[in-house]
Amino acid sequence: MAGFLQQLINGLSLGSIYALIALGYTMVYGIIQLINFAHGEIMMVGAYVAFFAVVVLKLNIWWAFLIAMASSALLGVIIERIAYRPLRNAPRLAALITAIGVSLLLQNGGLMVLGADYRSYPAGLITKKQFIFQIFGGQITITSLQILIFAVTVVMMLILQYIVRYTRTGKAMRAVSFDKTAAKLMGINVDTTISVTFALGSGFAAVAGILLGLYYNTIHPLMGMMPGVKAFVAAVIGGIGIIPGAMLGGFSLGIFEAMVSGYWSSKLRDPIVFILLIIVLLVKPSGLLGRNETEKV
Amino acid sequence: MGKIKKLSLFMMLMLLVAVLVVGCGQSQPAEQAQGEGEAAAEEINIGVNYELTGPVATYGTNTKNGILLAFEEINAKGGVLDGKKINPIVLDNGSKKEEAMSVAAKLIDVNKVVALLGPATTGNTLAAIPVATDNKIPLLTTSATAPDITVDASTQKVREYVFRNCFTDPPQGIAGANFAYNTLGARKAAIFFDNTNDYSKGLYQVFKDEFTKLGGKVVAEESFLEGDQDFRPGLTRFINAGVDMVYVPAYYEQVGKIVNQARELGLNVPMVGADGWDSPELANFAGGAENLKDTYFTNHYSSNDPSPKVQDFVNAYKEKYGAEPDSFAALGYDAAYLLADAINRAGKAEPEAIRQALEDTKEFDGVTGKMSYDEWHNPVKEIAIIAMVDGKQTLKEKIKP
Repeated sequence: MAGFLQQLINGLSLGSIYALIALGYTMVYGIIQLINFAHGEIMMVGAYVAFFAVVVLKLNIWWAFLIAMASSALLGVIIERIAYRPLRNAPRLAALITAIGVSLLLQNGGLMVLGADYRSYPAGLITKKQFIFQIFGGQITITSLQILIFAVTVVMMLILQYIVRYTRTGKAMRAVSFDKTAAKLMGINVDTTISVTFALGSGFAAVAGILLGLYYNTIHPLMGMMPGVKAFVAAVIGGIGIIPGAMLGGFSLGIFEAMVSGYWSSKLRDPIVFILLIIVLLVKPSGLLGRNETEKV
Repeated sequence: MGKIKKLSLFMMLMLLVAVLVVGCGQSQPAEQAQGEGEAAAEEINIGVNYELTGPVATYGTNTKNGILLAFEEINAKGGVLDGKKINPIVLDNGSKKEEAMSVAAKLIDVNKVVALLGPATTGNTLAAIPVATDNKIPLLTTSATAPDITVDASTQKVREYVFRNCFTDPPQGIAGANFAYNTLGARKAAIFFDNTNDYSKGLYQVFKDEFTKLGGKVVAEESFLEGDQDFRPGLTRFINAGVDMVYVPAYYEQVGKIVNQARELGLNVPMVGADGWDSPELANFAGGAENLKDTYFTNHYSSNDPSPKVQDFVNAYKEKYGAEPDSFAALGYDAAYLLADAINRAGKAEPEAIRQALEDTKEFDGVTGKMSYDEWHNPVKEIAIIAMVDGKQTLKEKIKP
């Protein structure tokens, strides 16, 4: 029983990481129906900015978070301006392929500029505590970082939900998502609104990147690739474009993976995850929390 | 519109600067290599094909440092064959198989090397071997430990042009199992290995067979895939199975994460590994030196071995690079001396003669111990067991072949 609980915690903490990344994916998709494949790479850039802020500029972790969020937000806005905006009225496939292109550009550009070495944040950057509980004749362990990641994920989900539902900007976002032309006619600045969406999503990606780097002790130019794909799967399972769906999808995926590797075999983990994705798409194409197509965000 | 134009102009400028910076960074080593190639009339070109970047960057970088130190010493003492200097040509294969292959081809075709050193890992060396064999250039790898490096698995014949100066996986896995069973007193072992890696899979099999033969039991085994980051589900399974030691035959980047996550989960049993653990980065990836308490691995040598030969090397290396030499550096240093020795014994710097001389090596005395080649081009030499104490490698025991 303790073993099962521990696997549940393993899954929840892994799922928090997926959910954190999936939130950014899903928000951008919700507003402009674009799957921003470069999201994982924006996350990687955020992780590296924080790394250099800490190692070179000797700042503390909280300043590093702020600088990384600002840089990633800027990068997100620039990418949107250069790569996606000119294609806004092109077929959606063109934008999708561009997104993949941007992702590959950032991955390989990162390898070229930063080198292919794994780096790690200096030890003791963030206090890591272990909490050990004795229950059901066994013990389970939770670390402070796992709790932090879980809390950040939930808080970020709430903030995003609040912004989209209850602020003027959020209202503009939903209007743009619903009908760009009509929104423009109502005096909404569509370009600014989309830029804000990207800035927000990318800033949150930086947070995810740093937490990922702290959690696994390493950062690498390709660190956004696999978690990015998994987070995308999580977003689709939860219902892409729906903010609580990203969190639900992330948690379910994480727990599912932990259970498969914990009770079955790690070799079967990825095949089974993608079978799960196919089943969800077959049974409920709009995702677990998905409704009909008319309401997004 | 004006604003947008200015912005795009700025962007283009940025891009231009980026391209220039990157361009400069890359052209430097290329020029250097060319310059060295032209002045090669009186020199003997040796190819150095190593993992200078990528996931196993410290293996290649440290081996290269050891090689360059040795050639520097050899050249300072008058070179080989009565006064000819050795000119090592260093190229990075980025820890990638396809790069390892093309780098080997470039060294042979463009730089006209008479022998190749490296790559460091089994997978990358296997990729470079066909190029060396087709061109009949001897290839001496310093740390590829899988059996089929020197023996063609399909024909069961020795690969004529391939040599190594490190021990192979079977004796290493056997030494690990014996140490776990006899010294640590482990009886219920778990194995965590990389299912996408030949080296890891090979050691897994050898360890499992030997540990079972000794009377122990492998009660849990888990594999992972290259690029995996989260090992907690598998480790939790080990805890539930009540294991008393974990064998992790993998590379340091994964080992670090596994050790870190195991200690976080409260799995504090001893962990044993192989020479893939040897990296100065291990403690960083493991989340601090205290997590490495009670971890051990089989290795080629220890820098705190008191023998004068080892200490001379350690001091020279420290003076040149300001760091403690790991096994990779020591194996690189030995390989360079072995190659120079073979060229001297061959009497001429020709690939075929060097190959024959390498094959005839007897009792070559290096910092990683005395070695002679068996019929399979594998050295017969001793194995060191290293214990991690406060994040530092310390020699625990030496196992004779």
